Amino acid sequence: MNDDNPLIALFGYFALLSLFAVGGANAAIPEMHRVAVDVMHWMSDRQFADNFAIAQISPGPNVIVVTLIGYHVAGLAGAAVATVGMCGPTCVMAFVVARFWDRFKDARWRIAIQAGLVPVSLGLIAASAFVLARAADHNVFAALITVATAAVAYWSKVNPLWVFLAAGLVGLAGWL
Amino acid sequence: MSDQPLADSVAPITAAAPSLGELFRAFALVSISGFGGALPWARRMIVEQRKWMTAEEFNETFSLSQFLPGPNLINFSVVYGSRFGGAAGAAVALAGLLGPPLVIVTILAALYAHFGDLAVLTRILGGIASAAAGLIIANVAKMAEPLFRRRWNFAPFVAIVGFVAVALMRWPLPYVFAVLAPVSVALAWIWMPRR
Repeated sequence: MNDDNPLIALFGYFALLSLFAVGGANAAIPEMHRVAVDVMHWMSDRQFADNFAIAQISPGPNVIVVTLIGYHVAGLAGAAVATVGMCGPTCVMAFVVARFWDRFKDARWRIAIQAGLVPVSLGLIAASAFVLARAADHNVFAALITVATAAVAYWSKVNPLWVFLAAGLVGLAGWL
Repeated sequence: MSDQPLADSVAPITAAAPSLGELFRAFALVSISGFGGALPWARRMIVEQRKWMTAEEFNETFSLSQFLPGPNLINFSVVYGSRFGGAAGAAVALAGLLGPPLVIVTILAALYAHFGDLAVLTRILGGIASAAAGLIIANVAKMAEPLFRRRWNFAPFVAIVGFVAVALMRWPLPYVFAVLAPVSVALAWIWMPRR
């Protein structure tokens, strides 16, 4: 793609990426990481993990991490372009599909598509967890935080904000 | 809900169609209260507080948003908004959902650009990122449970292949998707109970 103009590259990558993000923004994390860190060298591994963390503690949909990446690359314009790229095409698609989808409620092909895409998104989201853990966990303590959070979130209904607060404090204490 | 026997047979919209302003306010409220995923807040607002939809309608609408590509909740705001107010409704719901977080996150991004190299901040964010990865693992476990429990099912195979391709092989998502999604849909078709 066009490497000269970061705005065009940002828009193009996120627009393309969004079309394959079945399972939401979290399903697209490995691809975002691959492009932003490995291919385009927009940011380091750590900066990627930092930005993901900021998106997590911000209110609103998870997809907001795209805005952060865009800002990191090209300031305000980058933030705007990345967000529009990520949300624009799929919003149009959602709008169009919503108009006729209900009509095929019991159609066999519709049920097959829905049932078939669930495991795909599951695999992608699992990959996200893996890629993020690799970017964020640099020692045993960090890995322990990941495991402990997974256990707490799986077996209890604690608000994730408390977990983030605790993890942030552990980080602040310098154990990571 | 049960004291409205007509509600189920009529199109979901008629009960209490919100105005564009109400749509915007509702989604803006959802967006700023939704830490760590705004879906539960959206459900609470729309089903329990405003009673704009029944729980079943909400699930039905959300399942569509979920398997469409792109951010789930963003899709949901578009699908939901368009039901009540066409293109204008979709735009208004989307603006409500994205507007406030965009402002907040842009401020945070600017702060990070200035202070991102501070060791203190790096340590705190490092801890949060590790926790965030754990949160996703828990989500994956919850999603996987019903899929892996059924015997003789194609789903685990597809999920594992997708994971290996994207996480371990680091193949580009578009290629992986272009192969895996049609295969998975075909398998779902074959496995589907005949009626």
